[in-house]
Amino acid sequence: MGWDGMRTTASRARSLVIMRLKELEGILQNLTKFREPKSYLEQYTTTPHLAARMLFTAHSVYDDIENKVVADFGCGCGVLSIASNLLGSSFNLGIDIDPSALQIAQENSSNCELDIDFLLADITSYPLQRLEGDIDTVIMNPPFGTKNKGVDMIFLKKAMEVSNNAVYSLHKTSTREHVLKKAREWDVTCEILAELKFDIPMMYKVHKKSSVDIEVDLLRIVK
Amino acid sequence: MRLITHNMLQCHVKGCNTNNFPLNLSEAEVEIQETEFNAQFLRNMLPKLEWSALVRTAVQLGITNLPQVVPNTAGQDLEDLFLRNLHHVLLETHIQQGKMTCPNCSHVYPIKDGIPNMLLNENEI
Repeated sequence: MGWDGMRTTASRARSLVIMRLKELEGILQNLTKFREPKSYLEQYTTTPHLAARMLFTAHSVYDDIENKVVADFGCGCGVLSIASNLLGSSFNLGIDIDPSALQIAQENSSNCELDIDFLLADITSYPLQRLEGDIDTVIMNPPFGTKNKGVDMIFLKKAMEVSNNAVYSLHKTSTREHVLKKAREWDVTCEILAELKFDIPMMYKVHKKSSVDIEVDLLRIVK
Repeated sequence: MRLITHNMLQCHVKGCNTNNFPLNLSEAEVEIQETEFNAQFLRNMLPKLEWSALVRTAVQLGITNLPQVVPNTAGQDLEDLFLRNLHHVLLETHIQQGKMTCPNCSHVYPIKDGIPNMLLNENEI
């Protein structure tokens, strides 16, 4: 489908009261991915398949998306934010540390004729207090902490602090016990919505295999 | 970046803890992009906004028709007028290029192609 077809579908789709999962996935498939992913930031594009299902669940099962203010921490090329906006969130804010990723995110957002604001900032150090109270839901596919140990938990903690209600995030299954322990410490409820297998294609020169399979939990954390 | 986002930004240079918000806009290139009006969203958002900061920022862009205080709009017509104006200022006014300067420490954060850059050098964090 060319850009024109996608533009019409996206804007028509947003005005539909009910958007089907397949339609959402179709639009996400046409988005531009990372051109030169940076391994030290653990960059890879969230697959349209996963992004569509993650947001569709947040929307149709938990009503955390429509008419809500939604922030995307580590938004990369904007896949999750775009899926959220297409499902009816009233305001989307995507935050990332990489300007070239945000440039792609901006392109993707414009091509879908959506209004999403992007912010170039370091989630681990930027003071997010001013966002507290404003953000209903945080959605994210944060770095797993493979390259920068502990960064996954920093993202999670910050997301919890900023969100009024729910956080949807992806974490390595191998860290599950640790995440659950932290959730108890923070006095929040952590639900494992799905167990997934991630196929991350070889983007990093250090990998010997052509792709890496990682087991990942999709979590929903509520205050 | 729209004004709704600008209303959430502050300076975070090490030691800059007071009077670090709102960031002063200058050399701003503004673009108006129409978007769907959602009265309920605006009503919900209203108590969360830093109103005087928003008014001050709007004035920096030459927008002077926001009231100094949020009006207590008794009549339906007045409320609709106020919300439509707020919608235009908050959600349709995009700053594509410009500079944001901290009123306290004068650090400058650039806005490039609609994206505000809040990154700092290592020695500034």
